[in-house]
Amino acid sequence: MNFNLVLQGIFSALFIASVLRISTALVLPALGGLITDLAGSINISLEGTMLVSAFTGVIVSGFSHNVWLGVLGGILSGILFSALLAYFHLYLGTNIILAGTALNILASGGTVFLLFMLTGDKGSSSTLASGVVPTVNIPFIQDIPFLGTVLSGHNIFVYGAFLLTFLINKLLYNTKFGVHLRAVGEDPVAATSVGINARRTKFMAILISGFLASLGGLNLSMAYLSSFQRDMTAGRGFIALAAVYLGGRKPWGTVLAAILFGIADALSNQLGTLNIPSQLVQAIPYAITILALVVNGIRTRSQLIEQTKRFQERELSRANTEEQK
Amino acid sequence: MASLVEMRNIVKIYSNGVVANNGVDFQIEKGEIHAIVGENGAGKTTLMKILYGSEQPTSGEILINGESVVFKSPLDAMKKGVGMVHQNFMQVPSFTAAENVVLGHEPSKGIGLDKKKAIEATKELSEQYGLYVEPTAITESINVGMRQRIEILKILYLGVEILIFDEPTAVLTPQETKDLFKAVRVLIEKGKTIVFITHKLREVTEISDRVTVMRNGKIMGTLKTADATREGLARMMVGREVFLDIHKKPVKRGQKVMSVKDLSFVSETGHTMLRDLSFNLYASEILGVAGVEGNGQTELVEVLTGLREPASGSAVVDEKIVTGKTPREVRQAGVAHIPEDRLSNGLSVSASIDDNLIVDRFFKPPFKKGLVIDQQVVENNGKELIKEFGILTPSGELPVSSLSGGNMQKVVVAREFSSNPKILIAAQPTRGIDVGATEFIRDQLVKKRTDGTAVLLISADLSEVMSLSDRIITMFEGEITGVFPDASKVGEEELGCYMLGVKRQTAEEMEALL
Repeated sequence: MNFNLVLQGIFSALFIASVLRISTALVLPALGGLITDLAGSINISLEGTMLVSAFTGVIVSGFSHNVWLGVLGGILSGILFSALLAYFHLYLGTNIILAGTALNILASGGTVFLLFMLTGDKGSSSTLASGVVPTVNIPFIQDIPFLGTVLSGHNIFVYGAFLLTFLINKLLYNTKFGVHLRAVGEDPVAATSVGINARRTKFMAILISGFLASLGGLNLSMAYLSSFQRDMTAGRGFIALAAVYLGGRKPWGTVLAAILFGIADALSNQLGTLNIPSQLVQAIPYAITILALVVNGIRTRSQLIEQTKRFQERELSRANTEEQK
Repeated sequence: MASLVEMRNIVKIYSNGVVANNGVDFQIEKGEIHAIVGENGAGKTTLMKILYGSEQPTSGEILINGESVVFKSPLDAMKKGVGMVHQNFMQVPSFTAAENVVLGHEPSKGIGLDKKKAIEATKELSEQYGLYVEPTAITESINVGMRQRIEILKILYLGVEILIFDEPTAVLTPQETKDLFKAVRVLIEKGKTIVFITHKLREVTEISDRVTVMRNGKIMGTLKTADATREGLARMMVGREVFLDIHKKPVKRGQKVMSVKDLSFVSETGHTMLRDLSFNLYASEILGVAGVEGNGQTELVEVLTGLREPASGSAVVDEKIVTGKTPREVRQAGVAHIPEDRLSNGLSVSASIDDNLIVDRFFKPPFKKGLVIDQQVVENNGKELIKEFGILTPSGELPVSSLSGGNMQKVVVAREFSSNPKILIAAQPTRGIDVGATEFIRDQLVKKRTDGTAVLLISADLSEVMSLSDRIITMFEGEITGVFPDASKVGEEELGCYMLGVKRQTAEEMEALL
């Protein structure tokens, strides 16, 4: 009955498509988190940045009646918002966790305040006719059964997220900027000693993370839903940070981890049809997050031990061969 | 003809008022190996920092090939051909050797990187100068010698002509030191010029052409190495006769104060670092531990001081087992500890000198008054110890990080000695510090022993072990391989054989002597 229905739901093309759609709002900020983490100044205000962009996008598109102006406004607001964090942290010397937390709180309260000012509603922007970004139907692929449903017909952010993963991967490992960014994150003194401007590099990293988070936010309010809801990011900015670590601080790993959380999210939607308390269902993504982090922690630890062992063995054999010489 | 480098009347006054350089005139000639020696705090590192652009002089002038230059950053200096081989490697651990060599100046192809070219450039330089590195090896997994070569290649890659080495051998094994010196000679052959800062007079005579001695921010003289003697240089450095040989009164050893029985230790990675160690410490005796580093000495000290738990066996003080207890409990039992790494274990460098001097006793009166610490007592305690141990600082309230290496170590020594320990465990007490501080610390060790303290001395400096100890044990691969009841009657070669495991005394032979 109900249970069978759920199973059918999970193993359907529609479910996989919904996973992709839901994951986008995690993949984009997770990439932003990754970049700042590798640069050594992790952006914990992804959550607030998403919220600000989601809000700005809706308001701008609603009042201008232009979707693209809305998107542009959302992106700019996200970059500006993260520039605030970068300025506080890098130029005024504020602790990044404190500054980030403050910005998150500011975003949460500020968006509701402005929403009320502009629309007279404290909960949602539904009275405002805001825009929704177009979806893309991929020729040929859309006609293939199953695959067409999975891959085609998504909004542009979904495709953008995967294109950006590819680009960010390239940026981090195949450009000067990426190498410098990782060097600054790992050993700022060494990086500075060869003339890399650590502060500027970190600033750029935080701005890029703001850009990525803003797309994540816009995806929520101008694609996934068609309005702004109070606190609609619902912790996604933080889950994105968890994905960075679960993904081993690598681009594709981070994206996979973000998709894993996306699956949990989609699953909780599906299980909502069963007769289980909705709170329990909604807790699933978070429970999976914790579980995944524990598993990851254990794995990293055993890897570390393994690595040390191998290193020592190698050193020993090297010492032996040198002795024989 | 003008010198390659000429520094004229350099004055450097730091913002905290310390005068590090006080009117220094210094020349470097092309193609020479120029050694700079001096006590810690003599100003030699500051002088070199000014030369490679990491510090700016308060006044004075730098000329390169007769042309006046101003270096605002190390990059400016590198553009003019001056580069620094840092003692603390400036390398990104997860990057490959080649990536570190080209860091900041990566060859590129369009908007991407040219990784192949980076590897080739590294290989090429490496072959040209005989500095072997594996371009694709991950930096954190390679040994210190190769990491140092990466550091050298890094500045050669930028076309540096003058290489400044800051105590390059401090982190190297004897074999690696030999390799480094070989490489230095190749660099000279290829037309480079080398300046190196050192504490080791033996290295000065071995490798340099000329040597400059600094003291109190001034240059005491520059002479040809061929005309210099170690005693003469040492005298110039400290301005008085240095006793490179220790004079110690013979003292009859006292009671047994610590007995170590069948002590074993296994590391987290499953290696047996200590194997059934047994020995005793006696009052009024210095027991020296001779051994090549990495043969369990570090672990022995850490187990005896409560930093690690032994796998089996015990150490007993006053009929109480002290192994497996917390460091504080061990200290309460009368054991003091001079750790081998003063920066990470011996001191909190960002805390004040005064605070560092009470970290082992702040919880006891008179420092603790009610629930709080009596700052007046702390300050007075600091004042007294700073004076008694000759710590060079304008105030005890300054952070330890404002001190030079030798003075930092004096802070550790002052704290440990003033706790009036029954047993003093001194690990590498004079490593990397200047002649004056070294002499002072050695004298203090001997004085403590004469006053009745039992001293366990672990040092990588064999001559230190031999000249300070009353009795010596040798360690090899976590085991005691020999015991020599009269340190004055054993030669360096003899000890060397036991340290390297070539010779070994039987358990019966050793039993009565341990």
